[in-house]
Amino acid sequence: MAKDNKDEGKDVKIKVKRDGKVSARIVDLSKGIFDTIIKKDHPQIETPIRALSNVSYDPKSGYFVLQDTTKTRTLTVNTVKTFAQTLRMLALSKNLVDTDDIATKREAYYVSKNWGEARFHEQPESDTVMDDIEAMFMVNREQLGFLPEEKGGDVAGQLIVVDKDPETGKEVKIDCTKMGTGAYSVPSSVEELKFETKAKFILAIETAGMYQRLVKHFYWKKANCILISMGGVPTRACRRFIRRLSDDKKLPVFVFTDGDPYGWLNIYRTLKVGSGNAAHINQYFCVPQAKFIGITAQDIIKYDLPTHPLKEIDIKRVKDGIKNDPFIQQSPQWQKALNDLVKMKKRAEQQALAKHGLNYVITTYLPDKMADPKSWLP
Amino acid sequence: MAKDAKENKETLTTADRLAEKQRDIGVAEFFARNRHLLGFDNKRKALLMTVKEAVDNALDACEEAVILPEISVELIDMQNDRFRVIVEDNGPGIVKKQVPNIFAKLLYGSKFHTFKQARGQQGIGISAAALYGQLTTGRPIKILTKIGPDKPAYYCELHIDTKNNKPEIIREEEKEWKKEHGTRLELDIEATYQKGPQSVDQYLKETAIVNPHVTVIYTTPKAEQFVFPRATDQLPKEPKEIKPHPYGIELGVMMKMVKWTECRTLQAFLTQEFSRVGSGTAKELCEKAALPPNTKPADMTPQMIERLVEAIKNTKLISPPTDCISPITSELIERGLKKEIKAEFFCSITRPPAVYRGNPFVIEAAIAYGGELPGDRPSEVLRFANRVPLMYQQGACAINEAVIDTNWRPYGLNQSQGSVPQGPVIILVHLASVWAPFTSEAKEAIAHYPEIIKEMKLALQECGRLLGSYVNKKKRVQSEFKKRSYIEKYLPHIGGALKEILALNDTQERKVIESLKDVLETSRHAIELDSVEGAGEDGFGLEFEEEKTDEGEE
Repeated sequence: MAKDNKDEGKDVKIKVKRDGKVSARIVDLSKGIFDTIIKKDHPQIETPIRALSNVSYDPKSGYFVLQDTTKTRTLTVNTVKTFAQTLRMLALSKNLVDTDDIATKREAYYVSKNWGEARFHEQPESDTVMDDIEAMFMVNREQLGFLPEEKGGDVAGQLIVVDKDPETGKEVKIDCTKMGTGAYSVPSSVEELKFETKAKFILAIETAGMYQRLVKHFYWKKANCILISMGGVPTRACRRFIRRLSDDKKLPVFVFTDGDPYGWLNIYRTLKVGSGNAAHINQYFCVPQAKFIGITAQDIIKYDLPTHPLKEIDIKRVKDGIKNDPFIQQSPQWQKALNDLVKMKKRAEQQALAKHGLNYVITTYLPDKMADPKSWLP
Repeated sequence: MAKDAKENKETLTTADRLAEKQRDIGVAEFFARNRHLLGFDNKRKALLMTVKEAVDNALDACEEAVILPEISVELIDMQNDRFRVIVEDNGPGIVKKQVPNIFAKLLYGSKFHTFKQARGQQGIGISAAALYGQLTTGRPIKILTKIGPDKPAYYCELHIDTKNNKPEIIREEEKEWKKEHGTRLELDIEATYQKGPQSVDQYLKETAIVNPHVTVIYTTPKAEQFVFPRATDQLPKEPKEIKPHPYGIELGVMMKMVKWTECRTLQAFLTQEFSRVGSGTAKELCEKAALPPNTKPADMTPQMIERLVEAIKNTKLISPPTDCISPITSELIERGLKKEIKAEFFCSITRPPAVYRGNPFVIEAAIAYGGELPGDRPSEVLRFANRVPLMYQQGACAINEAVIDTNWRPYGLNQSQGSVPQGPVIILVHLASVWAPFTSEAKEAIAHYPEIIKEMKLALQECGRLLGSYVNKKKRVQSEFKKRSYIEKYLPHIGGALKEILALNDTQERKVIESLKDVLETSRHAIELDSVEGAGEDGFGLEFEEEKTDEGEE
């Protein structure tokens, strides 16, 4: 019945430019909305859906590519609040970009407290609006002037990071071999960094505990590599850091995680091909050249590792991955690995290697793995 | 054993000894020991039961005499858990001869043998209260009654002889009373007074709801006075006395009827003592029972009577007449509710008459919703049988079962499995019948006849539908208001943000807000389709009807 009444104003799709300067694109979009409103029509904005269901794995580029399912938000009574918040957020972003300033996601959430009724009640609400804007413009949040709080990851090894002093703008060289027992911490924005290194590879590690062990016994010196602790699922900055370092210096990347579905599907998969939620920017935030040298079902048998039973949630994760994850779907090797684990109904942590001696991982496991490319997973 | 037997020859047998102890138990004596059977189980309940019996009798008397009832109830705290109950009515009065029997003889009354809708039935009520008073305080019941303007009033004080179930007149005299006619009783009992559910206060309030033609003036033991004024001058339709319908007659009752009847033939007995039995039907019954129609009832053997009862079961009979029932009528129930309960929505239903075991009955239901009723608790269920509030044993009552079995969720109320609905709602159910089936003599809960429960559920569902359409309309209106305030709240932010990004001037900003307001408010019905996608996300998926729902909020 709604569509019978033509004089009530029509829905007008506002085009969002996908190139050019962010600030100009915000103005362009707003102009479109403004004109539509003045004509008493309903502005409509289209954003890609950011979910695993809307990505495909592109074997050529090696990461998740966003597909073209979109959601359309029309300005109506129902959406007026989100619409107001999105516009407010766009205004904030434009302001940040124009003045060359930054705001963390948390700060952006607090800025909204000035917006009266349109304020966000919890940070996840503002994060969602921010992610939608990112996807709308196909940019990453740093380009909008927003920064995450999350830490990028710890780095140690044969690497000199060339950064700029925030005060003077002069070059600063950070030698990651000279961090003592501490580490170099990946900043939230890594685009401007330069690298100097003679290392032969990068080793990305799931847990801080394992990383500490390798640093303590200067594995990086023995193996001539760069150690990076991801601390669970790698942040965007961490992924971008590894990617840039690897691309710049042509270094292979190895990933060492626990032998469980979380380590494989969440940590390794996200590092290698990106995530569904950030599908619009996976292009930059993934490391397609990464190889997996973490614990597998075969390793559990081969090294006779102590195990834990697979939990319900682990099995569900595997089923879900095989059914819905485009990366797993195209990889028979990963499917086999996952199925083997489910058949064993067991999982093993990296630190389980300590059963054979605390430094067994350094003396035996890693050298074994590195020497046998057939034991790697893609 | 053998030895015992020998001894028994010389002395009395055990049975003989027992026989010495066996004798009649007086009705009054029996009830004196088993007061809980009549509802006098505790002090608090005793006060309620006494008031209830007195008021029920007064109302029945007034209505029978076609007098608009005006009843005054006064409770006086005599200290040490003693209360004086004084109930006065403007009824027709009682002739002197009958006074002692009515107030001081159990199982005496005009209603037990008749087949007619009335509040009291067994004739136990008020004399049981008198007995209870006598047992707990030793004081007699005092009666003052007057039957006409030019007659003197009669005063007496009565005791019950519990062994013989006979009244004893302690004092009597003629007195001056300026009332034209009426009865006043005064009774001291052991009791406690409390407010709240199951209190005298609540009972009188509920009585006022289902008897909107009654004025009650009530003085509490704390000397507060409440007046429940009548809401109509229309007396309830006088219920007609009917003859029993054959379907409701059990073997034992049939035997008594056969014994007492004055009819000389079975044919005449069947047509004259029962309703809905014509000569054709009587013949059919006789045939099925293999009895000649001219059998003398007095000569019938128990086997013959059994055959007759069997024949009745297997014969299709017309349902009993239903004009013998006097429902309150939905209009008057609603009026009664409105005057005593502060709610925003009322509805009520009177079902057509139905029959259980040969007894005609009518179910009425009503609902009060919203307003000052508290919303976060189980709904209150007001139960009535023949205009009398049922205050105890809700869980055992057929009304409760019907309320629980009804699915209230479609009508906009919350309800968990196996319980009454939640919400700001009062549910009222009234059963009117010539013979209301109770689970016990205390008349606290209606028995679970499937026919009765089915009618109750139908009545509740009808009310529920009316409630549902109101509640849903109210919800729509509320969300409409919410939407409107939504627009008011967020439009300035769209204007403000666009102003900031595009460096608009104030006029342009105002134009944006005005245009948006126009678009969003005038094309409300467009929302329905447009919001399908956005709705779920924003948690605001309510649909709207095309019309603007202005009515409904009264």
